[in-house]
Amino acid sequence: MSSSWPAATVAATSVLQVVLLVVGGPLLVGLMRKVRCRLEGRAGPPIHQPLLDLRKLARRERMRPEHATWVFSAAPLVLVGTTLVIAAVAPLLTTSPAFGQYGDLFAIVYLLLLGSVALALGALDTATAFGGMGASRAMTIGAVAEPALLLSVLALSIPAHSSDLPAIITGSLTHPIWLATPQRLLALVAFVIVIVAESGRLPVDNPSTHLELTMVHEAMILEYAGADLALVRLGESMRLALMICLLADLFVPWGIATAPGPAHVGLGLVAIVAKVAVLGAGLAAFEVTVARLRLFRVPELMAGAFVLAVLAVVSALVSP
Amino acid sequence: MSGQPFASGLTLAVGAVLVCAVAVLWLSSLASVIRAVSLQGIALGTVAIVLGLHLHDPALIATAAVVIVVKGLAIPMLLRHVTGDQPLERETRPLVNVPASLVASAAVIFIAFARTRGIARYVGTTAGSLVPVGFAALLVGYFVLVSKRRPVFQMVGILLVDNGISLVAFLVTAGVPFLIELGVSLDVLLAVVVLGVLAVRLRTDFGDLDLDDLQELHD
Repeated sequence: MSSSWPAATVAATSVLQVVLLVVGGPLLVGLMRKVRCRLEGRAGPPIHQPLLDLRKLARRERMRPEHATWVFSAAPLVLVGTTLVIAAVAPLLTTSPAFGQYGDLFAIVYLLLLGSVALALGALDTATAFGGMGASRAMTIGAVAEPALLLSVLALSIPAHSSDLPAIITGSLTHPIWLATPQRLLALVAFVIVIVAESGRLPVDNPSTHLELTMVHEAMILEYAGADLALVRLGESMRLALMICLLADLFVPWGIATAPGPAHVGLGLVAIVAKVAVLGAGLAAFEVTVARLRLFRVPELMAGAFVLAVLAVVSALVSP
Repeated sequence: MSGQPFASGLTLAVGAVLVCAVAVLWLSSLASVIRAVSLQGIALGTVAIVLGLHLHDPALIATAAVVIVVKGLAIPMLLRHVTGDQPLERETRPLVNVPASLVASAAVIFIAFARTRGIARYVGTTAGSLVPVGFAALLVGYFVLVSKRRPVFQMVGILLVDNGISLVAFLVTAGVPFLIELGVSLDVLLAVVVLGVLAVRLRTDFGDLDLDDLQELHD
């Protein structure tokens, strides 16, 4: 089957995905800010503002804490690097089986988590109070979020008998009934909760606050400046876009390119951009309506996601 | 009703019963816990309706009506009445905290699944294959019963256990006789009434509803 996908097409798709994520990630963040501002009755910055911010930060002098080691400098690179690797090898626009051998959902999930662990280590490396606090909070949340993510991935891969992303997507395109089964719905809820937690959005973490009592992600990146900060910002927006992309591909797969050719891939591109924009705007609209959870309640939310994922797996196993 | 729509409808309804049981562990405010119990009663009734349509059994649909009226509407109303002046009452000091009890419920669900597959295989029908889910709902109900302190939450636990037993009965026997289900539902209703009276008496006499404080006898 992979013979029907010419190597040139696969390579072009791969490059297209990387470009899409590098440009689209910051634009998605800009869009979500815009939606939030509009719903709150403010004009809001233009959608491309995050891109301008990145350019501004990249030009600034690189300031590093005096006693920081290589761990601190490597963390933003690992964060961006892992996300770029996923962007290059994950089948986001197409279900080409050429991506299959790399597009394993477990591999993608762990590459994503590698970025968050690197960031937490970088935060610990500076030995500032805020960095340690932010890292410990992020890992507390991550430690409960990860099993939930893993189990919901498992629940998704049981009906397809494979954890390859293309196989799962092709399976749900050919059997639309899979999308309405209890295991899909439960896994969807668990997946969304984990995405919200892992990307540091409300109600788990507020990306727009620097209040020392509540911040999680912002506390970790407090010591970064200049180009390092630009990398961190780019990495986090790409991660958000990537997770919403995965959500769109797994739960509303229609429109993804199932055959090679510029027309199909172009349609896949339009579809994924539209789906991610709608999902991102929906997430932003949801954020307006909720308040941030108390930090002590966050593990309850994550444990709930974990149990939902367990239920998804169990119902995938018993479903007749 | 048969084939794929029957199978997915039944799975969805049975899954809803279990999700409601877990939601009781997840939620802390009494109002939402009572809502979850009410939804569980309705989901249980839906299971009976789907089975009744599948087997063309009018008695089963009548049973479903009893289940929905008693367990979905009457008992939650009574529970609301018991809490009455304290609708925002919360389980502030459960014996096991919420994240731990959710993880424990996941373990309980796996145990139920591992131990009751034999029954599922023995029954052999589509409904029978969902028996582990019924046992899981039952065991999660037991967990609510032992891990909560407040009497109203313990009543909720009893209801969850009872709903779990009914669910297993529906799935295994494909239809409990109407009279038996009527008797059981009314028994549970009576138990809730008695417990409700007791709870109100406890509160008027002691001002609080913590059973752990009741260590010694009074005149």
